[in-house]
Amino acid sequence: MRALADYFREAPPGDGAWALHALLGRQRRRLLTSLRLRQICLEGSGLPAWLFDDCYRQVGDSAETIALLWRQAGGDNGVNATSSPGAEASLQQWMEELLPPLATLEPDPQAQAMRALWQGLEPIELLVVNKLLTGGLRVGVAEGLVVQALAQLSGLEPARLRHRLMGGFTPSASGLAGLLDPTDDDASLSSRPYPFQLACTFDAERLEATAPANWQLEWKWDGIRAQLIRRGGQCWLWSRGEELIHPAFPELLELGATLPDGLALDGEVIIWPPAAAGPPPCAELQTRLGRKAPRRALLTQSPAAFVAYDLLEMGGCDKRHEPLRQRRAALVALHQQLLAAPSPARAGLLRLSESLPLHAWQELEAQRSAARAVGAEGLMLKDLDSPYLVGRRRGPWWKHKLEPLRLDAVLLYAQAGSGRRANLYTDYTFGLWDRPSDERAAAGDGEPNQPPALVSFAKAYSGLNDEEIVALDHWIRSHTLERFGPVRAVQPLQVFELAFEGIGPSKRHKSGLAVRFPRISRWRQDKPAAEADTLATAKALIEKAGPPQTSALKPQSR
Amino acid sequence: MLPSDGLISLTPQGLYCRAADAWIDPWRPVPRALITHGHADHARPGCGAYWAIGAGAGILRKRLGQGIELHSLDYGDVVPIGDAKVSFHSAGHVLGSAQIRLEAGGESWLVTGDFKRDADPSCAPFEPVSADVLISEATFGLPIYRWSAGAQVAADIRDWWQACPQRPSVLFCYAFGKAQRILAELHVLGVEQEVLLHGAVAALIEPYRQQGIAMVPTRPLSELPRDAELAGRLVLAPPAAQASPWMKRLCGAQSAFASGWMAVRGARRRRGVERGFVLSDHADWSALVRTARQSGARQVYVTHGQSEVLARYLREVEGIAAEPLQGGGLAERGDPEGPGDEGPTPRESSDSLAEAAP
Repeated sequence: MRALADYFREAPPGDGAWALHALLGRQRRRLLTSLRLRQICLEGSGLPAWLFDDCYRQVGDSAETIALLWRQAGGDNGVNATSSPGAEASLQQWMEELLPPLATLEPDPQAQAMRALWQGLEPIELLVVNKLLTGGLRVGVAEGLVVQALAQLSGLEPARLRHRLMGGFTPSASGLAGLLDPTDDDASLSSRPYPFQLACTFDAERLEATAPANWQLEWKWDGIRAQLIRRGGQCWLWSRGEELIHPAFPELLELGATLPDGLALDGEVIIWPPAAAGPPPCAELQTRLGRKAPRRALLTQSPAAFVAYDLLEMGGCDKRHEPLRQRRAALVALHQQLLAAPSPARAGLLRLSESLPLHAWQELEAQRSAARAVGAEGLMLKDLDSPYLVGRRRGPWWKHKLEPLRLDAVLLYAQAGSGRRANLYTDYTFGLWDRPSDERAAAGDGEPNQPPALVSFAKAYSGLNDEEIVALDHWIRSHTLERFGPVRAVQPLQVFELAFEGIGPSKRHKSGLAVRFPRISRWRQDKPAAEADTLATAKALIEKAGPPQTSALKPQSR
Repeated sequence: MLPSDGLISLTPQGLYCRAADAWIDPWRPVPRALITHGHADHARPGCGAYWAIGAGAGILRKRLGQGIELHSLDYGDVVPIGDAKVSFHSAGHVLGSAQIRLEAGGESWLVTGDFKRDADPSCAPFEPVSADVLISEATFGLPIYRWSAGAQVAADIRDWWQACPQRPSVLFCYAFGKAQRILAELHVLGVEQEVLLHGAVAALIEPYRQQGIAMVPTRPLSELPRDAELAGRLVLAPPAAQASPWMKRLCGAQSAFASGWMAVRGARRRRGVERGFVLSDHADWSALVRTARQSGARQVYVTHGQSEVLARYLREVEGIAAEPLQGGGLAERGDPEGPGDEGPTPRESSDSLAEAAP
């Protein structure tokens, strides 16, 4: 933090602004693609493309591969004499003068200019330049730390800085000055959302020591966390990722236009047809996301709703300091009032997050298991006496997700990861048996015995610790059956328990199944491959735990 | 695969020369072993007789037993073994490392073993040798690997260490070769402070001093009293010590790792150290290509690490007949945690752990 504060104190404001932009991970503009950089590197170095690709497999990052290769090529050609025109340039000059014009040049001058900029840079500088060009720079400093450093520097409250940073920061000297201005009245924040409050994972011991009546219990929906804001006759829908998402959800913008002015609601955007009792599976939300100006057919087929669970501002007043009990009462009253007249709210576009009964802690687990049936991913618990805080604070908000579904599957293929896992086999494909084992045993009388086969079922990347990753990597290298480019088929011997959030039928996958968020929960070194699960077991999970039959449920909105 | 009628063939015990009735760096016990150098994946115990460079004899005996039958040679000596003329030439890899050249029936083969071409004050410099057929290593056979001079890296190590007087500095590096190279480079830089050593490194210092290699003063960490102040001290330790209880004494230390693998960011992050110094005792890409070219060999076989990549490059770009050589104990290198002497072999790491216990 001291290093950050020192930097921002010393740096010229123009550089500081761009550095902040990058530290916050907002430098996402892509001026050139990785593919184009690779091409320029290949043309300039004379290396064959296959060699570049072999290097990429070792490095796991294309910007870094170029950074390392360019030095090799530069040295061999003895052209290190000239240095980059950027060698002496400031960060601001790089960001405003040197890099942006590259994007619009014709291919030949573009390659020439790129090579000139690369020339004579150290690999680390080259790496940063490439990352800035492709919009892929991630510094990895926690945002909280950056904000604290700026707070120390400016004397402003971190919460206030965070609010000013919400929804965008202009990387310029004046943008930075505005951010750190102690006298500013924050009028410029009219379109901006509040920093979101986040929940911690359920801690039974801690909660059971408190009175159940102090907690607000709600479903945890699996949609897009968002704030719907109505101010000065205008309306915005902000996602938790601080993106304006209302172009993708015009119906929610219409809803916003009917809300009273000076209002900010916290809630979840989910696909939820007006007449339906519950939301269909989440997959449909993906088809809506990122699609600006969706077509009418899509709007009818996958209509969105805003499930409101908190009221952060009303009548233009910030309500975040009030206890949840009070904010919730105001939200319920507002909802009642909106339902009284014909409105988009009454038509099911605005739904009040249901407050579930909780009289004793023993009831909690039964409520949690009910979540799957209503299409929720678990429960939320919120302290009724707590104000609305910034970020993830332990204590006031808890999430209690459903137990994942689990299957034992066999490792079939492995591929090297990227970044920290480059050159380690960490992307795994798992298979299930196409037939149960008793049929395998029973076969052999009469019919020619077709051996049971493993069918690819899911990919997973996470869940093993570093030690297990290294052990499995060694195992994969010594048990490879065949290589298909970067992919290795391995002997089907290792069994892993996979955990996942949901399972449904799919036409896209060979197994006829698609799972949500699969990850490895355990390496079953105790289990032989023959005892792994079958496709039939997996299909049985769909029936047992699949998405709700909408008609079978009572209406949710009241 | 090697031709069946060549001077050297591949047997289950490793590379075998029928004319000399000897194996080169065999991975199982054989009657007669020609040893390129003392790393555990090249020199294994249990053979009838060993032939190696005398400068590395102390290390070989330390690792394989004092009682081994060892024929010591000097670089350049040509000795008849069976029907073959055998000579050992400096490989520049570690103290006593050699390339082995065999000649019989009007044909000459050269096995490089592990080698590097960068200057190293702890061992003899690499000697270019020509042969009809070359068997080359390719641990770092990708053009992303390009080394800076060892003296430069040693200066970076010194600066890193001396910029932190308030904490101890632990530098992880392989106990045999890399550690002594760093100590010798620091000496060349005029460093006079004593450097502290993990037991696995300390055990290999004496054979180097006996060969007249000048290094900074050293002392095993275990010889210091328990409550000795370690702030500002440099400690060299093998990589296996990083996750061992031995580190308890050094809690709060700044840490770094010196290895060729540190050239890639992913490997640096995976190591979990604050700093990576790119320092390797293997040839980098351009040295591998240059060596194949200079050998004048009509046929090159590539083992260890990126053998397929280097062979393809030599074939397609350099126009040299080359193919990868795989099998048995020709370990697949290329990952920092994997086998090979640039990464600790299972044997070496268990050695180091055993020595880690006080």
